[in-house]
Amino acid sequence: MPKLIVHQDKIKNIENLIKTCPFGAMDINGGKLEINSACKMCKLCVKKGDPGAVEYIEEKGVSVDKSKWNDICVYVDHVNGDIHPVTYELIGKAKELAGKIHQKVCCLFMGEDIAGKAEDLLYYGIDKVYLYESHRLKHFSIEPYTAVFEDFIKREKPCAILVGATTVGRQLAPRVAARFKTGLTADCTILDITEDTDLVQIRPAFGGNIMAQICTPRNRPQMATVRYKVMNPPKKNSSKSGTIVSCHIEDSKLESGIDVMNVYEKEKVKTIENAEVLVVAGRGVKSKDDLGMIQKLADLLGGEIACTRPLVECGWMDAKKQIGLSGRTVRPKLIITCGVSGSVQFASGMNNSEHIFAINNNPEAPIFKVASYGIVGDIYEVVPQLIEKIQKGREA
Amino acid sequence: MNIIVCIKQVPGTNKVEVDPVTGVLKREKVDSKMNPYDLYALETALRLKEAHGGVVKVISMGPPQAKEVLKEAFSMGADDGVLISDRAFGGSDVLSTSYTLSQGIKKLDGFDLILCGKQTTDGDTAQVGPELSEFLKIPSVSNVTKLIEVTNENITVEMDMQNTVEIAKINFPCLLCVDKDIFQPRLPSYLKKMATKNKEIRVLSLNDFEDKNTDNYGLNGSPTQVQRIFPPESNGDHELWAGDGKSVTTKLYDKIKELKFV
Repeated sequence: MPKLIVHQDKIKNIENLIKTCPFGAMDINGGKLEINSACKMCKLCVKKGDPGAVEYIEEKGVSVDKSKWNDICVYVDHVNGDIHPVTYELIGKAKELAGKIHQKVCCLFMGEDIAGKAEDLLYYGIDKVYLYESHRLKHFSIEPYTAVFEDFIKREKPCAILVGATTVGRQLAPRVAARFKTGLTADCTILDITEDTDLVQIRPAFGGNIMAQICTPRNRPQMATVRYKVMNPPKKNSSKSGTIVSCHIEDSKLESGIDVMNVYEKEKVKTIENAEVLVVAGRGVKSKDDLGMIQKLADLLGGEIACTRPLVECGWMDAKKQIGLSGRTVRPKLIITCGVSGSVQFASGMNNSEHIFAINNNPEAPIFKVASYGIVGDIYEVVPQLIEKIQKGREA
Repeated sequence: MNIIVCIKQVPGTNKVEVDPVTGVLKREKVDSKMNPYDLYALETALRLKEAHGGVVKVISMGPPQAKEVLKEAFSMGADDGVLISDRAFGGSDVLSTSYTLSQGIKKLDGFDLILCGKQTTDGDTAQVGPELSEFLKIPSVSNVTKLIEVTNENITVEMDMQNTVEIAKINFPCLLCVDKDIFQPRLPSYLKKMATKNKEIRVLSLNDFEDKNTDNYGLNGSPTQVQRIFPPESNGDHELWAGDGKSVTTKLYDKIKELKFV
């Protein structure tokens, strides 16, 4: 197990050493430096503190036999058999990862009357679809779905499992990870794999402007969730390949303390996830009334209005319009941010957009690192002028 | 009804940056606060208690100063508070945090319902609630946007599924993760704050647990490891246009026209 050991004699300046820790995890106790429970093992004290003062010791813990865990599995997310598009994106990523370690890609698909839908997955160059069908799996509920996952993992021993960060995936993946006492990394934005089949998982972390690279070195299966529109979907092949494997699980294992009474479609509303053009209001918008000009620009471009977290928190905009880690992930063809500074949480929800334009009066704003085109200017000047130009251009 | 609400103390701000030159993390020393998403879970618990009677107990895991958020919960109306705190719990990832919480909850006098917020603002994983329910072997539902009916045996709720809504009836004991906006959280009361100023908070440490094996807690019990942290990469192509409003607007207009958006 990795640990940090403090060598008191090598500390030159105790105050400076304490300052290297961004989490306030160092205390002085009886004149001695101690590392407390706030430590996140970022190892900055080792790298930036007095040489040798804090030592990182990596004791190899007991690891599973990794050679027994093979192939990359994708969980097929669906409601009533309609496969969520994040599934195809994950198949695309899984194929890339499996190629690097010369392994295969399989899918796990559970529900009722879904065999026909499973056929469609065979156009994407995967090896196998493991199919579990039962009337008890018609609607998602946590206990039976976890039971099927358990049956599948014990049977196939996958090296890694990718799950879409949907409403279902975000509760099913943790429950399965806890059952196998294995690691799960939420909302990964980058995935890679080492020769040793360790999944390299990168995500924004500690609620700040930083990325963390996370791995699960001793446990299998490795699990990660990924949001919709983060990875690229693979091309659909003209012919099918691979096979569907029908699996059986006894009904007695599908008992549940949850009775799903009904599932109904929500009214179809225009969502920011589906929009091809988005105009985003940030904290640079000074009053609720001023959202009018942002909306007008969105209308002119045939798009939707979206916003950052502070505008939801002050009640100006609906939470459904919020982009970012605690909101929605979007990938429009065009996005124009107006008065958005561009925190990493916001950027992680939109940085895969095709064309990113940012208007902000602060040339140092982090949004300009994300934007393909940065406009240093006052939104109260630029937005109305742009509206006028578009209107005039149409009249001409 | 015997309700447990899981709450967490988080940094008051998200402003953390990595100095790109030195690689040192810069975090402004600011106050901590209760995770804002937990306020909705606590409000849900208080409303259930008001309608059906019972006790609301808040539980948190963290350093001794996390008692502050339990006190804040008292001033909103929580009846009892428990802090799980031990150096052995440091560096816990999702799995070991959930396991530690489950061990703590097993030491309390039972429960009908556990309520959690959607996610925390510092971890942002939304995974602890579902993992905790697995360790306690109870059913759970996340993304709860509405409570429909409560009986002595079960609770019926609405789960938001992006394009659909699932209505589910869950037997007690169970765990629910509630969404923001399920209820508007109340403000803390000054009178309650004064009345609960000296209220005792029970502290549970490793020695109080059924499972005392240190291999299952903190860093040892965490299957995931943070290998490195680094500043986010910026995109390759950038153009930055500065100047008077008119000229930058013209450039902007010409570009989106060239890209055929107008």
